[in-house]
Amino acid sequence: MANNELFPACPLPIGQYAHAVLGHGGGGRLMQQLLEKLIRPALDNPWLEQRHDSAVLECGGTRLAFTTDAYVVKPLFFPGGDIGKLAACGTLNDLAMSGARPLYLSAALIIEEGFPFDALQTVLTSLNAVAQAAGVAVVTGDTKVVERGKGDGLYITTSGIGLIDHALSIAPRSIRPGDAILVNGDIGRHGVAILSARESLGFETSIQSDCADLSSLVGELIAAGCEIHCLRDLTRGGLGAALLELARDAGLDMELGEAAIPVSEAVRSACEILGLDPLYVANEGRMAIFVPEAHAETALALLDRHPLGQGANRIGRVRDAGRGQVGLRTSFGVERLLDLPSGEQLPRIC
Amino acid sequence: MKYVDEFRDAATVQALAERIAQSATRNWTLMEVCGGQTHAIVKHGLDRLLPPSLTLIHGPGCPVCVTPQHVIDQALSLAQRPEVIFCSFGDMLRVPGSHTDLQSIKAQGGDVRMVYSPVDAVTLARQNPGREVVFFAVGFETTAPATALAARQARALNLDNFSLLVAHVCVPPALQALLSTPDNRMQGLLAAGHVCAVMGYWEYQPIVESFHVPIVVTGFEPVDILRGVLACVEELERGEATVVNAYARAVTREGNVPAQQLLKEVFEPVDLAWRGLGTIPLSGLGLAPSYRRFDAAERFETAGLVSSESALCRSGEVLTGRLDPRQCPAFGKECTPDTPLGATMVSSEGACAAYYRYRHGQ
Repeated sequence: MANNELFPACPLPIGQYAHAVLGHGGGGRLMQQLLEKLIRPALDNPWLEQRHDSAVLECGGTRLAFTTDAYVVKPLFFPGGDIGKLAACGTLNDLAMSGARPLYLSAALIIEEGFPFDALQTVLTSLNAVAQAAGVAVVTGDTKVVERGKGDGLYITTSGIGLIDHALSIAPRSIRPGDAILVNGDIGRHGVAILSARESLGFETSIQSDCADLSSLVGELIAAGCEIHCLRDLTRGGLGAALLELARDAGLDMELGEAAIPVSEAVRSACEILGLDPLYVANEGRMAIFVPEAHAETALALLDRHPLGQGANRIGRVRDAGRGQVGLRTSFGVERLLDLPSGEQLPRIC
Repeated sequence: MKYVDEFRDAATVQALAERIAQSATRNWTLMEVCGGQTHAIVKHGLDRLLPPSLTLIHGPGCPVCVTPQHVIDQALSLAQRPEVIFCSFGDMLRVPGSHTDLQSIKAQGGDVRMVYSPVDAVTLARQNPGREVVFFAVGFETTAPATALAARQARALNLDNFSLLVAHVCVPPALQALLSTPDNRMQGLLAAGHVCAVMGYWEYQPIVESFHVPIVVTGFEPVDILRGVLACVEELERGEATVVNAYARAVTREGNVPAQQLLKEVFEPVDLAWRGLGTIPLSGLGLAPSYRRFDAAERFETAGLVSSESALCRSGEVLTGRLDPRQCPAFGKECTPDTPLGATMVSSEGACAAYYRYRHGQ
């Protein structure tokens, strides 16, 4: 249409929407569409095409990993953590997913008018505790205050730089046919803990978020000689979305055994009640680990000994070819395909 | 997990599948009424464990799907009013109306809240005396008692800023309508266990007698569903047509009598238009006269809305079991969960959504 030529910068429509809806942030297909149709084309460059949690940059003969992440969790304090802990762990994890040893963090705070300083103090103490435990400092930052009603109390954006001081290339393109797929523990805790902390649900559980910094665990796996092909933390969209993205980016199919995927009794029960599929529920301290079959047992043995690897399991393998599908073999011996949810999982009617 | 694991046990499922295969000596077509059952069947691949002589067709039991377009448009028009806090179950947020959906209205400034219970909407009305709180009351006899409870609370509290946009539907009249169609293929029915947990199954006796079709009260877990299929096949093979309760751990013949009384107090049967089925006499629940002041359709002017449905969407045929979702020319092409043409592609109980989610690409 002739009119479109006047607005060459507008690649819309993105699906059926001309504006953002909440689902565009849900880690599902709507978010993929937003990334692929608007954000990637607008910022197009080869580093974005690495399609990983952090960009790997060559700098004077060394490889650096660089990442940034914005945290908008509600509520700010939840069982097992708070937005400060999350903001530190999330960014450290994004570095770790490239196999990087974290070096420095930054933190930008967007504070809503009226937000109490004692809460801010608590959040920053949490953030710094995680950073210190990882041996890094928050070396720069920014602070903005927005009008009451223009923010949910507090938003935090953290960025991180890490050093890749090994020869592995830990990235989606390194995934190979036959790779074993491991997870470092049971899935779905963070998402359920957050839901239970939202007063409107009137839903109580003892489930704590799994929020944790995985960088030391990744470092130990590398040091033990595990030839890691890829790592992906299972945040928004959960295990299902993470594996579907990786299968697509690697151009390979994957197969999972439903019974092998660890889900705690409490998370399973909560998901049953709320009508959610734990496969798509968020985690903040869980990752999928792709290693050659020959290294799977070494990795699992190390995970078993590590506090952040309790409940680790082998959940599947990468098939010899394919077109980016992830099949789930149910306990009845029937295989079904996983599908990326559209946006956020919505609780059902009955 | 107790009450779940034993009903998803692989050995029990395999044994039931074998018994079904042995029992079915002829071709039979069964309909599972509820969309929750449809999703369980497709998700767990239960249809693939059944012998080829058995055909499962998917019924109309998806409350989001059968809600007609003009009611959805009415809801969207209320949600756009600045004075309204519009409360809905999560499932409804992405259902397309003629021009927009609740999620978009929310993105453009409408105050749309997802609630788990209609009673939460009553709480919101108390907390926001200066606003009009409207709850979009959809669903079968499963959700209607909770709406009735909310209405009763609102009346006790004398709330004048709370109202209900009611589109509740009842199962038995829809089954009668389906069985009365000239091209009906169903030879046996798997009734929705949760509806029966509320309503009992006494309502089905006249239906099996008039139509000579067995109705088996069936649950939602794989073992429950296969037990329902087995009981239905056994009835058919014997040439019998009775009401069988294959979900006795949750359902009694009488059902939940206090809930039924609550429904009687708050609602009265009304003629209602269903998507795909047209208007069915006395198939809906409208507010009874003593509760009518809570009727959002009367409180707010919504006349003049013109509804239109996608010409490509054949959800009506899907809802009545006439069309397998995969046979719809728009399935997976013009119509996907991201670009849904009809509610059956969006709802967590819609048959099109089930096939897209669990089978698309296979």
